[in-house]
Amino acid sequence: MVGKKRRPAAPVPGSSAGTDAARIEITGLTKRYITPAGEPFTAIRDVTFTVERGEFCAIVGPTGCGKSTTLAQVAGLERPSSGSVTVGGQPVHGVTTGVSFMFQADALFPWKSVLGNVMIGPTLNGTPKREAVALARDWLRRVGLAGFEDRYPHQLSGGMRKRVAMAAALINEPKILLMDEPFGALDVQTKAIMQTELLGLWEQLRPSVLFITHDLDEAVALSDRVLIMTSSPGSIKENFEIDLPRPRGEVQEIRHEKRFLELQGQIWASLKDEVERAYARTVSAA
Amino acid sequence: MMGTLHAGAVPLADVDQGEASIAAAARTARRRRAGWVWLGRIILPVVVIGGWQLSTEHGVVDKFFFGQPTDVWTALVDLFTQGTAFGSIWFNLWVTIQEAIIGFALGAATGIVFGLLLGQNRLLSDVCSPYIKALNSVPRIILGSIFVVAFGLGTLPKVLLAAVLVFFIVFFNAFQGVREVDQNLLANVRVLGASSLQVARHVTIPSALTWIIASLHTAFGFAIIGALVGEVLGSQAGIGLIITQAQGHFDPDTVFACMILMAAVTLVAEYLLALLEKRVLAWRPPSRSEAQAM
Ligand SMILES: Nc1ncnc2c1ncn2[C@@H]1O[C@H](COP(=O)(O)OP(=O)(O)O)[C@@H](O)[C@H]1O
Ligand SMILES: [Mg+2]
Repeated sequence: MVGKKRRPAAPVPGSSAGTDAARIEITGLTKRYITPAGEPFTAIRDVTFTVERGEFCAIVGPTGCGKSTTLAQVAGLERPSSGSVTVGGQPVHGVTTGVSFMFQADALFPWKSVLGNVMIGPTLNGTPKREAVALARDWLRRVGLAGFEDRYPHQLSGGMRKRVAMAAALINEPKILLMDEPFGALDVQTKAIMQTELLGLWEQLRPSVLFITHDLDEAVALSDRVLIMTSSPGSIKENFEIDLPRPRGEVQEIRHEKRFLELQGQIWASLKDEVERAYARTVSAA
Repeated sequence: MMGTLHAGAVPLADVDQGEASIAAAARTARRRRAGWVWLGRIILPVVVIGGWQLSTEHGVVDKFFFGQPTDVWTALVDLFTQGTAFGSIWFNLWVTIQEAIIGFALGAATGIVFGLLLGQNRLLSDVCSPYIKALNSVPRIILGSIFVVAFGLGTLPKVLLAAVLVFFIVFFNAFQGVREVDQNLLANVRVLGASSLQVARHVTIPSALTWIIASLHTAFGFAIIGALVGEVLGSQAGIGLIITQAQGHFDPDTVFACMILMAAVTLVAEYLLALLEKRVLAWRPPSRSEAQAM
C-alpha cells in the first residue's frame, strides 16, 4: 500500500482486554426460520467454531447452506434459535458494536457523495465533522480514490464502489470485519486487484475477519483458515489450516504455487460432495 | 506484420470519416424529428380549439351550453379588467391559492410524519393499516360538506379538505419509501452503531424522500381540487365561488376561463416543485427517459 498509516495498528494496543475483544466464539449455533407457509426451517444446525484475534477465517459452502445466516447471528442482526455467539467474551445481545460489514451488493448511500459515504462510520460515533472529513480523505487516498470525493456512487465503476465500501468498512478500524461474498459481483481482474488490496489493508490493521465466499481460490489465497459448511442445514464439516506464508503479496501469483494447489485440491474434494448434494436437492425440488 | 499494421492504418481514417458522417446523419435525423414534434404540437390545439370554434359558430354544438373559445378568451379578459361580483380576480385567486397552499403544507407534513412513523414500526402499521385502508376508500370529497357544515364558510373547511386529499397521497408514498429502504444499508449502519435517530436521519428519511417528492407533484393538484370543491360547496370568495355563480348564470365561458386560470397556477406550482426536486435529488442518476429526453 502506498498510503501512509495514521496510527500503528498492527500490535493491538492494550493487553488482555484488547486481545479478547476481537475473538469470536460460536457454540452450538442453530437458527430456525419460519417459512411463509408457517413451517419451521432449519437454516444452520449446531455450528461451532472460533475465530482468534487477528485471524482471517473463510467459510465456504454450497449456496443456501446458511453462510449469510451465520454472519447475521455474529453481527447480532438476528437472534439465534439456540446456541450462542460471544464476541470478546461477551455474549451477543442486539447489534454487535466495533464490527464492520461488507456485502456483495455494495451497501453505499446513493444520495451521499463518496466522501459522505466513507465518513459515515466516524459520523455515527460522534467524531467532529472536521476530523471525520480528514480521516475519510486519508482513507480514500489509501484505497486509491483521492480526487473522487465529490462523485456519487452511481458515477463510479463496480471496482471503485467496492473501494469506497472497503474504506467505509475500515475507517473505524473495526476489531472485527464481517464480509459476505464482498467481491462476488466483480469481474475476475478487478476481483484479484481488490483481494490484494484487502490483504494489504488487513495486514496493516489486523482485524479478525470472517469472510464468506463460494470461490475456493479466493478463500485459500486470503485466509489463515478455511471452514467448509455442509449443505443445508449447514454445519461445519471440516477445517483447513492454510499455511501459506505471509505477507502473501499478489493474489494472482500465489495461485500457481504448489502448496496453494495442494490445499485447493484437498478443500475442493471436501466441498464437492456438499455442492453435489445441494444441487441434487434443488433439482429434485424443482 | 508490417503489412498488417499498414493495412490497419488506412481504414482507420475511413472509420473516422464514417463515424463523422454517422454522427451528422444522427443529428439531422434528430432535428427532423424535433421539427415533426413541434409541428404536431402546434397542429393539435389548432384542430381541437378551431374545431370547437367552428362547430359552435355553425350551430353543430350549442355554444349556450358548451361555450366558445373566443368567448372564453373574452370572459378571461373580463375577469381581469372588470373584476367579479366578489372583488377583483386577483383577490379571489389569492384566496384559493392560499387555501390550497396551507392545505398542501398541512396534508404533506402530516402525511410525511405518519408515513415515516408507520413505515418504521411494523406493529403500529399492522394495527392501523385496516383503518387507513378503510378511510382511504371513503369518497373524501364528501368530507367537504361536513367541513362546511362544521366550520362555516371561511378558509378552514377548504384547507381541511385540501389537506385530507393531500395527506393520503403523501402518506402512502412516505410509507412505501420507508419500506423500500435497502436492507443491506440498514444492517450496515446498525452494526456501525447507529442509534434509531441516526438510522432515520441517514437512511430512512433520505431514502423515503425520493418517493415523497415524487408524490408532491400529484398532491398539489389535489390541494387545488380540495380548495375549489370546498369553495363550490359554500364560501364567500375564491375561484370556486366564481365558478358556482357562473354556473348559475349559464355562463360556461367564465367556468372555462377559471379552469384555465387554475391550470396555469398548477403549472407554476409544478415548475417550482420540479426545481425543488432537482435540488434535493441532485444525487440521482438521470433516468433512462430523462437521459433520452431532449
Ligand atoms: N428470513 C428468512 N426466512 C426464511 N428462510 C430464510 C431466511 N433467511 C434465509 N433463509 C433460508 O435459509 C437458508 C440459508 O440462507 P443463507 O444463509 O442466505 O444461505 P447462503 O449460504 O447462500 O448465504 C436458505 O435456504 C434460505 O432460503
Ligand atoms: Mg449468502
